Amino acid sequence: MTAALSPRQPRTYAVAMTTRDASTPPTIAPAEADLVARLRAGDERAYETLVREQGPRMLAVARRMLRQEDDALDALQDAFVSAFRSIDRFEGNSALMKLRRQQRDPKRSIDDMLPRYIEDGHMDRPVPAWSLTAEQLLSRKESRELVRRSIDELPDDYREVLLLRDIEQLDTAETAEALGIRSGAVKTRLHRARQALRAVLDPHMRQEAI
Amino acid sequence: MMTCRELIEFLLDYHEQRLPDSQRTEFEKHLVDCPCCKHYLDSYRETVHTAQSVCRGQHEPPADMPEQLVQAILAARNQ
Repeated sequence: MTAALSPRQPRTYAVAMTTRDASTPPTIAPAEADLVARLRAGDERAYETLVREQGPRMLAVARRMLRQEDDALDALQDAFVSAFRSIDRFEGNSALMKLRRQQRDPKRSIDDMLPRYIEDGHMDRPVPAWSLTAEQLLSRKESRELVRRSIDELPDDYREVLLLRDIEQLDTAETAEALGIRSGAVKTRLHRARQALRAVLDPHMRQEAI
Repeated sequence: MMTCRELIEFLLDYHEQRLPDSQRTEFEKHLVDCPCCKHYLDSYRETVHTAQSVCRGQHEPPADMPEQLVQAILAARNQ
């Protein structure tokens, strides 16, 4: 029997520290290979370069995942110190940032936000088309706040998968590694998180004003 | 004939273009006959787009690292 994770137990997970974005392949560019060589040789300037080049993106990820600024700064510092300690294994695109946060009690069960079906497997109610597009909804400041709040209020297990997959653009395997879960769980949680968020947006996207 | 429940189960793979051909054909056949699922698929896609649009503008990487943080990290390395 697997022990359930207490909602109050601190959770540690990891995010890949990488220089790539969605438009570039995960390869080490020549400049990065040079940087890695200098790091391994103990070049002080190389460490500073690594922090200044990699830090901003990692800080943005930490802020998004951890909510509290102090937690984000601590996580970033821990991540670099951890990378420095294992610099002989650092390959320029594969250090890990461990983020620690407190699990919160979810405000609402994810199951309540998923579609329901009748016995023959069809939807239990009609699904109207949305009358607004994302751009129309997000043209209003209060709507952007609504979406942010809705994501923030997703149960943590689902919120973090949504952020890593859809926002940080990690693939399924990278997300699974970062969270220490199986790929199948990543897919399930991502799908449910998107459906839950869809359910929250639904009444707002079906009318002209919120 | 695929049911709505089955279609929703396959939705993520369809959205990511990972559904095998035979299932994709069944999936798209169901969409033609079921406006509810077509609306659900459209709104699912719009949800992903909405979340990305909001979150990407929320925590853009700062142009520079806070100097105090850079120095703290470099100092921690030497401890």
